[in-house]
Amino acid sequence: MSAPAVPGPQDILRRQLSNGIVLLARRNPASPSVAVGGSLPVGALYNPPDKLGLADFTAAALMRGTHARSMHAIYDLLEGAAASLGFSGGTHTTGFSGKCLAEDLPTLLGLLAEALRQPAFPPEQIEKLRAQFLTGLALRAQDTADRAGLAFDELAYPDHPYRFPEEGHPHTVSAITRQDLADFHAAHYGPRGLHLAIVGGVEPTAALDAVEAALGDWLNPAQPAEPSLPPAPPPPAEVRRRELVPGMSQSDIVLGTPGPARAAPDYLACALANDVLGVFGMMGRIGESVRERAGLAYYAGSHLGGSLGPGPWTVSAGVDPRHEEQAIDLIKAEIRRLVTEPITHAELADCQAARIGSLPLSLESNAGVAGSLLSMEKHNLGLDYLQRYPDLIRAITPEHALAAAQHYLDPDRLAIATAGPARPD
Amino acid sequence: MGVARASFFGLRLPFSHKPALSITIARMPAGLTDLTLPNGLRVLLREIHTAPLISQWLWLRVGSRDELPGRTGASHWVEHMFFKGTPRFPGGELDKAISRRGGVWNAMTYLDWTAYYETLPAAEIDLALEMEADRLLNAAFAEPDVESERTVIISERQGNENSPLFKLDEAIQNAAFSTHGYQHEIIGSRADLQSMTRADLYDHYRAYYTPANAVLALAGDFDTPALLARIEDLYGRLPAGPPPQRPQRPEPPQTEPIRLTVTGPGETTFLHLCVRAPAASHPDFYAFMALDSLLTGPSNLNMFGGGISNRTSRLYHALVEGEIAVSVAGGLQATLDPFLYTIHLTLNPRHTPASAEAALLTALEILLAAPPDPAELARAVKQARALFAYGSESITNQAFWLGFSEMLGGLAWFETYLDHLAAVTPEDVWRVAREYFAPARRILGVYQPDGTPLPDEDAE
Repeated sequence: MSAPAVPGPQDILRRQLSNGIVLLARRNPASPSVAVGGSLPVGALYNPPDKLGLADFTAAALMRGTHARSMHAIYDLLEGAAASLGFSGGTHTTGFSGKCLAEDLPTLLGLLAEALRQPAFPPEQIEKLRAQFLTGLALRAQDTADRAGLAFDELAYPDHPYRFPEEGHPHTVSAITRQDLADFHAAHYGPRGLHLAIVGGVEPTAALDAVEAALGDWLNPAQPAEPSLPPAPPPPAEVRRRELVPGMSQSDIVLGTPGPARAAPDYLACALANDVLGVFGMMGRIGESVRERAGLAYYAGSHLGGSLGPGPWTVSAGVDPRHEEQAIDLIKAEIRRLVTEPITHAELADCQAARIGSLPLSLESNAGVAGSLLSMEKHNLGLDYLQRYPDLIRAITPEHALAAAQHYLDPDRLAIATAGPARPD
Repeated sequence: MGVARASFFGLRLPFSHKPALSITIARMPAGLTDLTLPNGLRVLLREIHTAPLISQWLWLRVGSRDELPGRTGASHWVEHMFFKGTPRFPGGELDKAISRRGGVWNAMTYLDWTAYYETLPAAEIDLALEMEADRLLNAAFAEPDVESERTVIISERQGNENSPLFKLDEAIQNAAFSTHGYQHEIIGSRADLQSMTRADLYDHYRAYYTPANAVLALAGDFDTPALLARIEDLYGRLPAGPPPQRPQRPEPPQTEPIRLTVTGPGETTFLHLCVRAPAASHPDFYAFMALDSLLTGPSNLNMFGGGISNRTSRLYHALVEGEIAVSVAGGLQATLDPFLYTIHLTLNPRHTPASAEAALLTALEILLAAPPDPAELARAVKQARALFAYGSESITNQAFWLGFSEMLGGLAWFETYLDHLAAVTPEDVWRVAREYFAPARRILGVYQPDGTPLPDEDAE
């Protein structure tokens, strides 16, 4: 038996329903189950400043009861079928994902449609959810990685909505009312811009029929256009903040700058530069320097976060509080090197081979394929993107990567956030 | 069920990429090869042609349970040293070689075993075969590498210490076991990590890393005769070595309830109710698995993720819906000897540990009062079957299961798992609940915030 080819126009069904919903479906004949994933264009960008966390809260409340079913009845149906379904709020979008045995797909899609279209926001469930959110925020206050990340966002995006945490703050979450959730849902949730992927042991045409039945007649003329974003320039000079988290053993460091959106022409060049900087092998050049040579950290690597907007390009590490400055210096030295001299042809070839070679692994699961299909749709990459991907990657040169790194990263204009216990200076 | 696993897996890399595994099953279908090489190496091969991938796992029968005081954390540290390479395959080069072929690799140290895996495009698997056979015998343990890894592992431990749950679990394990090697955390004590020497680690490696103490499991897109010939060539030449002696330190039965409190920073209180669970090979294991499913939702024995929610479980209903806790989780782990089963509560801030404990015990009493409804049990079995089905997508997971079950008592454990679970009766669950949750066998641990004032994060 030969293994399946890379997903492409030959085996991906893409249909836009009359109400705007886009379905992407692909059959995996070897699988007895189905992965469902998707997103709506509603996220934290719509949060009022005094009610940060509203989009997140709304997404979490969708499964807490509908006009047709109580929360217990929803989960009784779901867990009784050994299926799962969950929503999560993001910055630009609200995502959902689930899985079920193939025969239960209509049940899962029925629950998805119910949660999206008819959430009831039962008051007692809203209060339970609020208690869970507030506990989550209390734990966040004690998490050095979270605290460094929050401080980084404020430093790197001082005049941009990305500075706000999607999950809000205790006082903003406390201020959200049931009516806020219902109003937010009514104003922002709708079929336009909804992307849905269904991958697994089901015929794409059967998936289309099931989606049409569950969501085909949904309309919401009130859906707003997505707010436009201001530019996100790098800091004019290095900016720093240290968050004190008493009683901890380790400090976390997050440093970086606003990076490219996924649609930026130099995104893939940035991605390869980032692979060299802090991903390839054992966390790239930064792993080599901070972990392998200096022995300073269990983890030290880099991340390129661009999606629909200029997400952050960051380096993060967890270190002994006494070693914060030493680690920051080593990381800055690697960023300086990345923007000063081209990466070597050997390094580039390694990272290109890794990206192309890892496609089969990223596509082995239904959820992995569904994620790829959604990304292709969200960023308008085309159904043949995975088939073109090797050529796109091979076309990047060391000079492209250098120019891309120089465009976004300046070692003297970084936002540098740390969080940890008092330092024994 | 994000915190279902109370125990810590030592991983060389932070698992930020969270491979989406689950498991497959059914009966071991055709395509399985099971043999032992003359040097004692057990080899399990399963041909699967659903994706152009092969996953190799090397399992060693050594874990933190085998460590004596003074050398706690040695198994995990040896695992780290395995990535520092051999004279033939220098450390950093291996990371790059795996990555450039589009593969992933990692390792994990557990209470009972240590495992290394590589998953690669099928055409590239020879690198993993050559490299793993080489380092099984020839890991270098260079002194400078031992020292730089010492600080890396201490950093890993410091990261764990930032978590209240790590502190609580460490205290509970320490109190729950007086003689068994399950007494200490897998990562080891800070003092031992500071004092162990290269010789200590090398001795540990030489004692346990022998073909006769190992299981090699591969699954994926290969031709079995050709792969087997290559394995015999590469691994068959390794010397058998002396059979390792694993320390046997049976833990006496617990005769009195244990209570403990750990204090630390934060605002959130955690409560863990633990009992010693049956070993994986014990006949009660399956009934306990069903009990766990009723109490806190289905546990997923897979190494990586892939569970379902637990909102219809009894304790979620009683404690989260009852606003005693904001989350509840449980997790039964498959171990060689009885290890701890933990019911984990994150308390609603309006409740004290005492009121939460009372509510938890009330919910437990209901379960102890009568056999469960057969329909509740049937649901647990269906959920277990589905978890197996979801995992059939992952080649890495399929290879994982071959070796994992071998660590626990053999492939039969894996092959008959669902049948055993389906055979559990309501009376079995009732008996196991009463026996294992008897008051004298309980351990109650509380993480209590110490009132350390926090900077107001909103004040900026």
